[in-house]
Formats: sequence, structure tokens, C-alpha cells
Amino acid sequence: MGHHAMNIGARLDESARESSLLLLVAQSRDVDAFRSLFEIFAPRLRAFVGRNAGAALVEDIVQETFVNVWRKANLYNPERASAATWIYTIARNARIDLLRKTFRPEVDANDPALVPEPAEPAFEQISRDQEDVRLKRALSALPAEQHEVLRLAYFADMAHGDIAAHLNLPLGTVKSRIRLALRRIRLEFGEEP
Amino acid sequence: MTIRHHPSAELILDYAAGGLAHGPALAVASHLVLCPHCRRTTQRLEALGGRLMADAVGSQNDSGRAFDAILSKIAGGADESVPALQPATAVFPHPLRMALGGDIGTVPWKRLGMGAYHYIIPSDDGPATARLLLIPAGRPVPVHTHVGTELTLTLRGAYTDATGHFACGDLQEADDSLTHQPHATPDEDCICLAVTEAPLRFKSWPARILQPLLGI
Ligand SMILES: [Zn+2]
Repeated sequence: MGHHAMNIGARLDESARESSLLLLVAQSRDVDAFRSLFEIFAPRLRAFVGRNAGAALVEDIVQETFVNVWRKANLYNPERASAATWIYTIARNARIDLLRKTFRPEVDANDPALVPEPAEPAFEQISRDQEDVRLKRALSALPAEQHEVLRLAYFADMAHGDIAAHLNLPLGTVKSRIRLALRRIRLEFGEEP
Repeated sequence: MTIRHHPSAELILDYAAGGLAHGPALAVASHLVLCPHCRRTTQRLEALGGRLMADAVGSQNDSGRAFDAILSKIAGGADESVPALQPATAVFPHPLRMALGGDIGTVPWKRLGMGAYHYIIPSDDGPATARLLLIPAGRPVPVHTHVGTELTLTLRGAYTDATGHFACGDLQEADDSLTHQPHATPDEDCICLAVTEAPLRFKSWPARILQPLLGI
């Protein structure tokens, strides 16, 4: 338990550092901070999208992602997302924009049609750090087989049917593993399964 | 607005993971605009993606050159992105207005029969078909079945079918086993966004004969 708590503590320090690098890029257009972010995340991003895409496409995604990290840094809100999460969403959208002709439909926080969160929040209010800790805990508690399908679901263009073919499993098995993994995560956040 | 029908966690997962075709993504994103609860779920599933990416183990290969290429691309383009300009008021959610190029008043409705209208939203992306339906108050949509999943997001008014009542903001996820005949509720015309993986198959013979002609 002590070891586990220490890991999470180290992870939070890392996460705070990544956030401040991203804020330096946003506020001071700091190229050194930008380079540090690239060195931290480009290898992970390559590994993350790489397994199911060609090398040229992977490099295009990495390039497009970091160009957009620079350009959109002013839109980053550290209260809403960790640097890793925000860069993940930029990479996801870059991939879609590169592969498809139509832009990804996105929520815009300034949309007048947006229904705001109720003033009296129906949700438990927890900090983003606490959210990170719970997510990490839920992920590490998942059986390997559920972790695997979840990871594949986030990979380039792996629909549930593709995952089933890749793992040589019936589609129903893949779907139920995904459902179980999501239920485990909802439970960690105190929501009904 | 009290939303009673939400997308399944699996559907939100696919949206957060970037795996949905344009039509279903349009329906989910439009629901998110209207539903703070599912926005929260989406944030969490994006955080999950961020976590999985951060846990991936990579190696530094040729990073210097790749970084220089990024710097020179940045030098050649706009420096900061500007947030989308938003009007003072809007009826349709922003993702839908982007896809339509306008709000509710600009939809070029086409007659569907039985007093109903529709408009197919053009898209280059895959076999999914997204369209707006306008059903007059108290009237039915022609009976239909569909191949694959159909997502229906109510944008104005409400409808009922054998499975329930669907009001503004509700998203109905129906699989291909469902043959349904939705009726708009009597008090107001109903407008919804319907997304199918494959073209609808109408059951009543006039609609079936007209189907190829109507392009639905
Ligand atoms: Zn919802």
C-alpha cells in the first residue's frame, strides 16, 4: 500500500510539472517548455497510436498534434484536464482530421445552446487530482483482459469488431469486457454500475 | 430540461476514443451540449485516454529532426487559434449548426409524406446517414426498421414509441431488432436528429415505393 501511495504521489508531481510546462507554452510562448513537452509525450504518443497505423501516418499525427498543442495552448484549462489528457484529445482530433474529410463534432464551451451544470451540483465535487488518483486506482485494479480491450478501444480506428478480430474473440466477449471495465471505473467514482 | 435517456457508456467511450463515424459523433456531441451529466462522463473517459497514452512506453527516435519540423511548421502558420465565434442565441447545438451551416431556420426541409419533413445532412464520412426529421404534432413517422443501430436525438418537442417517451435532449439508442413507429406528442411539432448506420427501410408500401425516389 505504501509503495502504491508513493507511486501515485510521484505521478501527481509529474502531472503538476507537465501542466506548468503547458501553461508556460500558453502564457509565455516558451519554446524550451514546448520542447520538454515534446520529449515527454512524443515517444508515448508514437507508441500509443503506432501499433495500428503506418510509420508515416504516426509521424503525421505527432507533427499535427504538436503544432496544435502550440496553437491551442491558450485554450488549455488545468482545472479541467491534466496535460496528458488534453494532449491526448488534441492527438485524437488530429488523427481524425488527417484520416477523414469531415471535422470531428465537438462541444464548444461558449455555445449559447449549452446547458450549464446545475448551480446546485448533482455530482460529487472532487478535485482533478482526486479524479486522477481514482482513475489510476480503477485502471490498476482491472483484470489484464479488460485492460487490454480498453487500451485497444482507444487505439487508432479499432472498432469493437476490429478488436474482436485482433484478439480472436467473439464480439460479445469484447463488448462485455468493455462493459465490465467501464462499470469498474464508474464504481470507483461512486456511481451506480 | 430533464433528460431521461442518455447514450450508453460504450457509446460515449467510442466518442471519447475518437472511434465514431461522423454521424454518430454528431448525435453524441449534440447530446453533450444539452447534458452536463454526460459531459462529465466524457471528461472522465478522455482522462482515461490520457492515462493510457501517458502509460504507453515509447523510445526517443530521431526526435530532434521531428521537433525541428514542427517548429518550422509553426513558424509558417497562424500563431494562436481563435475560438469559434458564437451567436447570442441558438436553438440547435453548435456541432449540428456546424454540420448544417446554420440554425433551425435555415434547414432546407424536403417533404417525406404524411405531413413529415426531413433533411439529409451531407457527409463524406462512411456509410452512416444523419438527417433531421420534422414530425407534425400528433402525427407518426412511417414505420421503419433499420440495419444496425439508430440514434435519435430529440431537439424540439417530443415523441413516443413502444419503448418510451423521448423529449428534448433525450437520445434513443435502438438496435436493428426494433421496428418502431414513433408519434410526435400532440402539443408541439417534433424535430429530431436521426442517425443510422445504413439507410432506413420503411415498412408501409407507399413509403417503400417512394424510398428510392426520396433518397432515404
Ligand atoms: Zn446524457
